Amino acid sequence: MDEKRKERLVKKYARKSSQEAFGGRGPGSPGGRGHKRGPGGGRNGMPVKKPKDTKAAIRRLLGYLSQDTGKLMFVFFCVIAGTLASLIGSYMLRPIINGLTQEGGTPRKLLLSLLAMAAVFAVGILAQYLQQRIMITISQGALERIRNDLFARMQKLPVRFYDTNNNGDIMSRFTNDLDAVGDMLNNTVVQIISSVITVVGTFCLMVYTNVWLTVITVVSVPLMMQAAGFVAMRSRKYYQAQQAALGTLNGYIEETVTGQKVVKVFCHEETAQEEFEYLNYDLRDKQILAQFFGGIMGPVMGNLSQVSYSLTAMIGGILCVLRGFDIGGLTVFVNYSRQFSRPINELSMQMNTIFSALAGAERVFKIMDEEPEALDSVDAVALPSCEGHVVLKDVTFGYNPDKTILKNISLYAKPGQKIAFVGSTGAGKTTITNLINRFYDIDAGSITIDGVDVRSIKRDDLRRNIAMVLQDTHLFTGTIRENIRYGRLDATDEEVVEAAKLASADHFIKRLEHGYDTVIEGDGANLSQGQRQLLNIARAAISKAPILILDEATSSVDTRTERHIEHGMDRLMAQRTTLVIAHRLSTVRNANAIMVLENGEIIERGDHDELLAMKGRYYELYTGKKELD
Amino acid sequence: MKRYGKYIKPYLYAFILGPVMMVTEVLGEVLLPAFMADIINIGAANHDVGYIVQKGLIMIATAFVMMVGGVLGAWFSAKASLSFGADLRRDVFAKIQTFSFANIDQFSTGSLVTRLTNDITQVQNVLMMALRMMLRAPGMLIGAIIMAFVMNRQLALIFLVILPVMVVAITTVIRIAFPRFNVMQVKLDALNTNIQEVLNSVRVIKSFVREEYQEEQFKKANRDLKESGLRAFKVVIFQMPLMMFFMNLTTLLVVWFGGNQILGGIMQVGDLIAFTTYVTQVLMSLMMLAMVLLMSSRAIASARRINEVLDTQVELTDEQAGQPQAVVKRGRIEFKDVSFRYYKNSEEKVLDGINLTVEPGQTVGIIGSTGCGKTTLVSMIPRLYDVDAGEVLVDGINVKDYSLRHLREGVGMVLQKNVLFSGTILENLQWGDENASEEEIFAAARDAQADPFVKNLTDGYHTELGQGGVNVSGGQKQRLCIARALLKKPKILILDDSTSAVDTATESRIREAFSTTLKETTKLIIAQRITSVIEADQIVVLDEGKVVGLGGHRELMDSCSAYREIYDSQMKEEVLA
Repeated sequence: MDEKRKERLVKKYARKSSQEAFGGRGPGSPGGRGHKRGPGGGRNGMPVKKPKDTKAAIRRLLGYLSQDTGKLMFVFFCVIAGTLASLIGSYMLRPIINGLTQEGGTPRKLLLSLLAMAAVFAVGILAQYLQQRIMITISQGALERIRNDLFARMQKLPVRFYDTNNNGDIMSRFTNDLDAVGDMLNNTVVQIISSVITVVGTFCLMVYTNVWLTVITVVSVPLMMQAAGFVAMRSRKYYQAQQAALGTLNGYIEETVTGQKVVKVFCHEETAQEEFEYLNYDLRDKQILAQFFGGIMGPVMGNLSQVSYSLTAMIGGILCVLRGFDIGGLTVFVNYSRQFSRPINELSMQMNTIFSALAGAERVFKIMDEEPEALDSVDAVALPSCEGHVVLKDVTFGYNPDKTILKNISLYAKPGQKIAFVGSTGAGKTTITNLINRFYDIDAGSITIDGVDVRSIKRDDLRRNIAMVLQDTHLFTGTIRENIRYGRLDATDEEVVEAAKLASADHFIKRLEHGYDTVIEGDGANLSQGQRQLLNIARAAISKAPILILDEATSSVDTRTERHIEHGMDRLMAQRTTLVIAHRLSTVRNANAIMVLENGEIIERGDHDELLAMKGRYYELYTGKKELD
Repeated sequence: MKRYGKYIKPYLYAFILGPVMMVTEVLGEVLLPAFMADIINIGAANHDVGYIVQKGLIMIATAFVMMVGGVLGAWFSAKASLSFGADLRRDVFAKIQTFSFANIDQFSTGSLVTRLTNDITQVQNVLMMALRMMLRAPGMLIGAIIMAFVMNRQLALIFLVILPVMVVAITTVIRIAFPRFNVMQVKLDALNTNIQEVLNSVRVIKSFVREEYQEEQFKKANRDLKESGLRAFKVVIFQMPLMMFFMNLTTLLVVWFGGNQILGGIMQVGDLIAFTTYVTQVLMSLMMLAMVLLMSSRAIASARRINEVLDTQVELTDEQAGQPQAVVKRGRIEFKDVSFRYYKNSEEKVLDGINLTVEPGQTVGIIGSTGCGKTTLVSMIPRLYDVDAGEVLVDGINVKDYSLRHLREGVGMVLQKNVLFSGTILENLQWGDENASEEEIFAAARDAQADPFVKNLTDGYHTELGQGGVNVSGGQKQRLCIARALLKKPKILILDDSTSAVDTATESRIREAFSTTLKETTKLIIAQRITSVIEADQIVVLDEGKVVGLGGHRELMDSCSAYREIYDSQMKEEVLA
């Protein structure tokens, strides 16, 4: 491969986001990560997104903890007790050792001080256990409440929100962002308190033990921070290069393997392998550097601590000789000096965790603050059932104020009538159906059902009167029976079968191994697209809604099968006002009226024969002179 | 595991040096407390400042050596594990390149992508960690114990008593917690699936007014998750206090017995101090070991998934080809009693006793309802699948006797689920023929009726297509795919429902171009629309894997009821119009 091709290859597959490139952390685990070895192990250099309004996010998070205030206080008490116990416990070695080195030590004295030490240790262990045990309950409870609130709010958000936000993005609120929050609640808060106490406590004990040695230890800290900063900077730089290369390779893999069949049909295996190897080894070279710098943080910091330990041992030893510094003091001091840098490092790492958790919390709260669907107005009327007169009068609408999608649409659908919409993608067919059930509200004109403006009908009542079958066939995990019953939760088993028969789905359902109890997984991956559409039709059939909207409902069913289900569809539509959108014109032939939409306007209307006679747009589409795409 | 040897071999030095360097670090860590003991026992006791300074400098030097060891160890283990990972990934990718269509179906492309990315990364990370810890943890454990025994045999016996008890206690915690975490993972997956579904089905939920119902469902799943999480965490939080307990207990015992020995004059105080350090080291290394084991168990699952790919038997190869030199020259196709099942043990035959002869240059239309075996039938020609019974001949030679490359170079196929790749339109078309001149490319695009719309794009043939060709419409994409196949200049051209999104007028122009420029080429066209095949020399009507009609349009209208039915469903009123 020449240089130009290599460059082009990288350019083609370079991704903007380096976030998910590491293969992610999978579908998140609420806290409980393994122990990190040394400071900055692994994930350092990850760009941390800082929260915008830290205080507000914290205040709101605290709101979720407020009901556990009592427990929380107890946790803090345990943290303090535990940390103090471990500080005191380690300090108690000093008198013990001194008791052994100086005259007058007896086994009895030793035993007594050991018993005291054991008591302190016991307090520490107990406090640590209680603190974790209670904190885990608090944090898991808070997480549960946040998740519930987030989900509940999402259910209330308008369709517009989902149309303008990426699903994966919303999903990552639940996974990545809440994970980060969970991590923080589980460990970080407690650890920060404990780290701070440890640093302060150790420092005090060090000063108390020996001022000169303290000076040496404290002076070495900024030096170590310097070293850590140097390594971290390098590591971040190479880490970014690694993420970019990883993103490129993953992009290449994803596209090539997904199109593997095309690769084979064109005998492109060798080229693919060649390109892959270039990207693969490019990644390796960058990864080695990134992982090397990431990996030396531990040894560098750890061994600088050892240097500090050695230095204090030496100078401490000299002090013992020259100034009569006690051996016990030296013993505890060298331990402190070795440990002193650890909590400081941990603190800086935990600040990162906290920042990403708060930023995550902020993103979660942002969704919770989204405007929900407007409440029903106070004088909204209940409409338990309707006859199905649907009237659109001069309806004008645009998703954005500056771009009108529908212009002056008027039509009248009487009960039992079938109205069809045809036209190319983007002409506004689906938009009309979005307006009738108020997924969106119109800008001008009016939509009425049985003479009542849809905006003054209780929204839930309105939607209960309208059944929809959409092109994207979404099913839920559960049995086929449950999926059909979704249309009307109180439907009996017989009614379910009845609906399936109407949609011509009964035939294939019976042939499945478990019939109606077959479990659908992964949005119906074990069914063909056509079969899933039939289930969707059955789901709409079981609802008794007098208005039916079919949006490309049979687009994945072949023409022959479509003819077979025609009879059932006719029965389904007979009692209902039906609005149909269809790509395949044969489907809409028998409609009472066909509306040809173009650029948001109805340019032709009439029944099939009338429209053909007009020799206009419909005629062109029908005879295949124009592409319907 | 044997197969991984070849990935280690080229980097053997790094695989050895990595852990060895880490041992340097461990050695230092074990020696430092001993030096420290000397400072107290000899230097401080004898008031020998010179000795203290000497030992202190040795300690500092040791610490620096340790640092060098640690840094080099990080370098070699990164080098070893990442090179290992890259080579493994290369071979897995290469293996996937040899996969037959049946193999690809068996894994699904999504799962192959995960194996190539996540699973290999997982193995690579664990390997790197293992290289860093492999000798380190046991090394420190053994080193600290040996040092302890050298210093004071009796006191060291405490380790031998406590260690086994502790190992049992910790493994018990892990053993109880592990299945509980698995349960939690299942609940977590369930919750995520729930959210995913709800996000995808917002319109369905809202139109059926099921918001509250969904909320209830979610709350239930959420509660399930919390409770299973608590069950797991409740156990795992015993780990740290338990470790602390054993560490403290050991310290107390060491100081008690050691203290008595000091009082009895058998032991020096410096040794006792060193001993307390060894207590910490021994327990820390045990914890590290437990962590390495836990991580490895995760990598084992990934390694197993990678092995599945590498172990896959590719049955469809051209190693047995009788005439590997042969190339497709004329494009005559013959099916003799061909039967096929997707799964060897399934009852249902996808193709059942197919007999069909296509002369060079003929156009054959294939029609039938979804799932009747149309795609499968044509897949037999470029040998994307192997027949179960009967044989497929191209130019009189069994397709199994061609080399796959020669066979597939002679057959151009436009798949139903076709994809374009990232890159410009020109680059995509060059897939058909890398060395095609611009003239040839334009000509092919003209034949496929792609040229007019491509020219209208601002960048023309240099327009960048997004991943999967997202920025062209369905009909345009299909036309580009046809052009790409035409550039192969195949002797046999197969279009599998490749003009479904193209309007009929454009489609008929494509057919016209075929009949003039591709006179010599044998053409097989699968279609939903009957107009797409009505003029074909032969029309094959398939139903449930059997040929139920074969002949020209007029003939079939008379003799084949299935054909008439399809015709009626589409054409009844169009003829009137």
